[in-house]
Amino acid sequence: MLLIRCPYCEEERPELEFRNAGEAHIARSANIAGESDDDFEKFFFIRSNPKGIIYERWRHMHGCARFFNAVRDTVTDKFVMTYKAGEPKPAKLPGVAK
Amino acid sequence: MKKYSVFAIAREAMRGHKGWEEQWSSPEPKKEYDVIIVGAGGHGLATAYYLATVHGITNVAVLEKGWLGGGNTGRNTTIIRSNYLYDESAGIYDHALKLWDGLSQELNYNVMYSARGVMMLAHNVHDIQVLKRHVHANRLNGIDNEWLSPEQAKEFCPPLNISRDARYPVVGAALQRRGGTARHDAVAWGYARGASARGVHIIQNCEVTGVKRAPNGAVLGVDTTRGFIGAKKVGVVAAGHSSVIMNMAGVRMPLESYPLQALVSEPIKPVVPCVVMSNTVHAYISQSDKGELVIGAGTDQYVSYSQTGGLHILQHTLDAICEMFPIFTRMKMLRSWGGIVDVTPDRSPILAKTPVPGLYVNCGWGTGGFKATPGSGHVFAHTIAKDDPHPINAPFTIERFRTGRLIDEAAAAAVAH
Repeated sequence: MLLIRCPYCEEERPELEFRNAGEAHIARSANIAGESDDDFEKFFFIRSNPKGIIYERWRHMHGCARFFNAVRDTVTDKFVMTYKAGEPKPAKLPGVAK
Repeated sequence: MKKYSVFAIAREAMRGHKGWEEQWSSPEPKKEYDVIIVGAGGHGLATAYYLATVHGITNVAVLEKGWLGGGNTGRNTTIIRSNYLYDESAGIYDHALKLWDGLSQELNYNVMYSARGVMMLAHNVHDIQVLKRHVHANRLNGIDNEWLSPEQAKEFCPPLNISRDARYPVVGAALQRRGGTARHDAVAWGYARGASARGVHIIQNCEVTGVKRAPNGAVLGVDTTRGFIGAKKVGVVAAGHSSVIMNMAGVRMPLESYPLQALVSEPIKPVVPCVVMSNTVHAYISQSDKGELVIGAGTDQYVSYSQTGGLHILQHTLDAICEMFPIFTRMKMLRSWGGIVDVTPDRSPILAKTPVPGLYVNCGWGTGGFKATPGSGHVFAHTIAKDDPHPINAPFTIERFRTGRLIDEAAAAAVAH
């Protein structure tokens, strides 16, 4: 089971308290009805599914119930960092060479 | 290829078993092939086999980064069924089921297909409605599926607990009698032997690291850890790593890869005569011919390539098993493992041409690809050979996520996701 640090509660808590909410930093169009089929497909269905560093959303369901973002390595399942929703995608990752 | 038979066993017994030959050869890779298949799992090897036998294309290489059948083919719970809701799914899964029947004879290799029946339990009114809808839809598609009372379910599977006092009592069940199990390793080995005997090169420990394309976009071949290998046609059958390979060709996929776990118990005498599945309490169980209970759990909730998963997922499944079969509460579990499954948004596979000329993909089988192995290989070989999909896999395009023509088994697949 993963140990996940909630950036709002500022505590590492067991995965059971959290729900994964998919890839992060996918912006929903302000005019979703006006999206072309291609753009809607990219927004709704296409995912990067990386083998390596992933940016993903989690929700502290059985805690503060807030959404936040995390950076994790999908090969080792180790978290690099977590940060609050709305904060920009971190340009530099602590302890990651590439 | 020497034929396996009772006479071969007798002959070899007489001479100390010195005449058995290797089941498949391990040749050096050539510079170029007509077709390259990426991934030597069941689906990839079946594709190569049918390319050779049905379409006469034998200048084929199957590239495998690890060992043959070492991915999800060797990690699944070996369940075979075709009781899917939608016409498209019924078409492809029942095509596979028809090929399972007779596969051992076709391959001259005992894949131990056992039509022992797959029984899906209902625990509440919603389950009854959903499963009965499946029974009717399946019958309209010519697929056997029948409704059982709790008493009939217990008669079919005696250790099942149908007490009304259970937390989630069994209130009925849907039974597909043609469903069952097969020996997963033997499926990969049998197809490998058949393909190799017809000239297909199976190249293990050869990881694909890039896909080379011509200026006009068409596929030229693949870079591997054993050098560049050319081919005008490349079929990607890489399960959890399909999106990684497709990315090398510049195609982003509607796929996410999750760990899926399974476990087996210590071996015991025959006690579970069929496959039992329950979506509501989420567990499935069968008994292997070695005597182990084979138990399938659910996926973890996050994208991962770690081939492992959380212990709480297994605990949750064992809770459900103990609920359904109180006689197993003191069984010891022998080992557990994980595989990486590639899941599409509608939980139906993609078997199709891609936007890249000469590149084909067979992926997205998610948590239930083993059952489809023969059918998937058969229609994917057709797609590659003719550069045009077989009518059975024609609906399973990548483009359906743009057009909206989904095959939405996500809500209807008769398993919880």
